[in-house]
Amino acid sequence: MIDWTSFTPGSAIIGGLLIGVAASLLALFNGRIAGISGIVGALFHWKSAPQEHLPWRIFFILGLLLSGWVYQLFFTLPEISSKSSMTTLIIAGLLVGIGTRLGSGCTSGHGVCGLGRLSFRSLVATISFMLAGFVACYFFLHSGIL
Amino acid sequence: MLFFLAQWNFMRLVIALLSGLILGLGLIVSGMTNPAKVIGFLDLFGAWDPSLMLVMGSAIPVTFFAFRYLQQKQTTLLNEELHLPGTRQIDLPLIIGSLLFGIGWAFAGYCPGPALVSLGLGSIDMVYFVLAMLIGMKSVDLVRKS
Repeated sequence: MIDWTSFTPGSAIIGGLLIGVAASLLALFNGRIAGISGIVGALFHWKSAPQEHLPWRIFFILGLLLSGWVYQLFFTLPEISSKSSMTTLIIAGLLVGIGTRLGSGCTSGHGVCGLGRLSFRSLVATISFMLAGFVACYFFLHSGIL
Repeated sequence: MLFFLAQWNFMRLVIALLSGLILGLGLIVSGMTNPAKVIGFLDLFGAWDPSLMLVMGSAIPVTFFAFRYLQQKQTTLLNEELHLPGTRQIDLPLIIGSLLFGIGWAFAGYCPGPALVSLGLGSIDMVYFVLAMLIGMKSVDLVRKS
């Protein structure tokens, strides 16, 4: 059943366009994929090519970290509601870290960039994490098992 | 010569910062930084909020044109080398990793990008999540190395 009261097509489309523009900027000018898990994960490998790797990744991450503050200068931040306990957050973080590294990407790298490049590998990854998300959500919310 | 090199690098850093910033703004505007909104999207079998489908649906056409241009030109707009992934292989790590990522995503409602945006806003929750995510990423690297 679709929850029409929570449906926000306008902001979703505007937000999506901004994400698309951001990823396109990095690709067109720097020739890089705006995959957040990849950019963060590669920080661990800075020793292999420090000049090439480290600075732009740090600046990209800095941009992400600052975005909330920049948003706040012009608008009121939208509601952020999370009911997760510390344990949940840690388990979720571990799963996201292991999963994105093993699967070489997350929603931005595989989803936004990979699908934009018509990469079959990214399509497989996106379908996998979406399906897993739907099924896991069902178990977490409705099964009563957890 | 050195001056020009420095300028190119400077430009690259500015683009990386802007890209991260705009991406973060897009995540905030679209609602992806709100875990409740993300869970609403993943709750396909409950009260489903399709908004995030539109986020991807509007981001991908933008990146599609950017990547199509790059694939034809084979260099960046600054006539530099592209660093796009060349792997096409569909293997078990890709699928298992993506499944794990999907489960972790549904567990707390955070994927890497929104987690970093919220961390930037001073969320204590995201200190746990992001630290766990980094440990997860690093542990995959360590296991792969051995």
